[in-house]
Amino acid sequence: MNTLFGEKKEGATKIVPKSVDEYPEAPITLGTTLSNFTGDWRTFMPVIDDDKCVKCYICWKFCPEPAIYIREDGYVGVDYDYCKGCGICANECPVNAITMEKEEK
Amino acid sequence: MAGYKPIRKVVSGNYAAAYAVKHARVQVVAAYPITPQTSIIEKIAEFIANGEVENLQYVPVESEHSAMAASIGASAAGARAFTATSAQGLALMHEMLHWASGARLPIVMVDVNRAMAPPWSVWDDQTDSLAQRDTGWMQFYAENNQEVYDGVLMAFKIAETVNLPAMVVESAFILSHTYDVVDMIPQELVDEFLPPREPLYDLTNFERPFSVGALGTPADYYEFRYKLQKAMEKAEKVIREVGGEFGERFGRDYSSMIDLYRTEDADFVFMGLGSLMGTVKQAVDLLREEGYRVGAAKVRWFRPFPKEEIRELAKNVEGIAVLDRNYSFGMEGILFTEAKGALYNSKARPLMKDYIVGLGGRDVTVNDIRKIAENMKAVVERGEPDVEVDWYHLKR
Ligand code: SF4
Ligand code: SF4
Repeated sequence: MNTLFGEKKEGATKIVPKSVDEYPEAPITLGTTLSNFTGDWRTFMPVIDDDKCVKCYICWKFCPEPAIYIREDGYVGVDYDYCKGCGICANECPVNAITMEKEEK
Repeated sequence: MAGYKPIRKVVSGNYAAAYAVKHARVQVVAAYPITPQTSIIEKIAEFIANGEVENLQYVPVESEHSAMAASIGASAAGARAFTATSAQGLALMHEMLHWASGARLPIVMVDVNRAMAPPWSVWDDQTDSLAQRDTGWMQFYAENNQEVYDGVLMAFKIAETVNLPAMVVESAFILSHTYDVVDMIPQELVDEFLPPREPLYDLTNFERPFSVGALGTPADYYEFRYKLQKAMEKAEKVIREVGGEFGERFGRDYSSMIDLYRTEDADFVFMGLGSLMGTVKQAVDLLREEGYRVGAAKVRWFRPFPKEEIRELAKNVEGIAVLDRNYSFGMEGILFTEAKGALYNSKARPLMKDYIVGLGGRDVTVNDIRKIAENMKAVVERGEPDVEVDWYHLKR
């Protein structure tokens, strides 16, 4: 399954205007959810254990970004460009299939 | 007079506003009832209940803050949005007013001028709307019910041209609940004058997503404020053009931001906002018969402020008696400050005196204007004001 961001990520541009005329008329598109890679914020990363996962998609529903996507095999994956490491998914998973691990950068 | 047959109705100022909303083909109305605004929304609800309007969504909300929030959402999504309020309700909207102008959304609102509490009051006073001076909203002050109707139609066109919200202001009870003849415009002609809105951006284009109301860091915020000011400057031009076009199409000309009445050879003029100026015009006629050379300068648009037109007027008169039905505590009447400020860096600086009148709905009669004229005449002859700010009605 295509992730929600799969194609759009390439098209996402961050506008950096150099003069007042380059600014949009209304304060929009300074940064969209697509161009704002919230993955940099993360200290702990969710790691999903497919062996434990029961495909309930509760994590997919609760992820506030949303960084969780449903893979073609029906299990869930994490798009780490957008996962901010909040841990909500791990907290909500009914079978503890998600663990938050300290990320080495 | 333009070649069309107007639809003549006897309506209150509030109903005039409601009919204008109907004729403007507004798509979303969100409002919370507050006296004396309520009958605007009641009439609109009646239009919806009777099936007299198509495609108009009414959003009942639990406060004025939410009314403005819902209007912002609707307008951001591309709809033509309207709301109405008064006094404390407008004050409750204050925070949201900045969101509307900052996001450049052409919402039109009628504010029925009402005094701020305490003491609790429901009567006419301009302090509520003038206190919103710095929110980035345009402000049009209607003298009579006809101007309420015309003002709402023009406000939509101007707002949607420059992408700024606009407030049409009418007096509590003096206009809002008083019936008068209003010439309305046939729907087809309104449609020609006011085509459907073309939003600045398309929120429904999912291929090009963007954020609305995004964070502006110190690197970007400043430029957006500048753009808002530029839009206000452009609005001055658009106001004159749209006002002129309105005159050509419908026979009532609004091409100047100040309405000058018998000022040509006037020694001094009365300057003020809104319904007050109807009384002043009548007084001017009587005073002229009595030998006073006086005129009236009704400020139609308070924001953007008609600086240039006030400078032009100042060249030809010896005195300006500003009538303020409002007050900025710790200073003086608000229009007085603004008009004086407009003249500071110009050569023509007539004598100016501020008369505080009609606060909280106190009646301002032709006789009051006569007394003010006598006083102002003495001021002009003496060459200096007795006092700068005169609490005219005060029980002494
Ligand atoms: S840690 Fe937070 S952001 Fe990351 S996938 Fe889980 S819920 Fe989403
Ligand atoms: S909440 Fe847990 S079990 Fe449910 S889909 Fe997500 S990882 Fe799998």
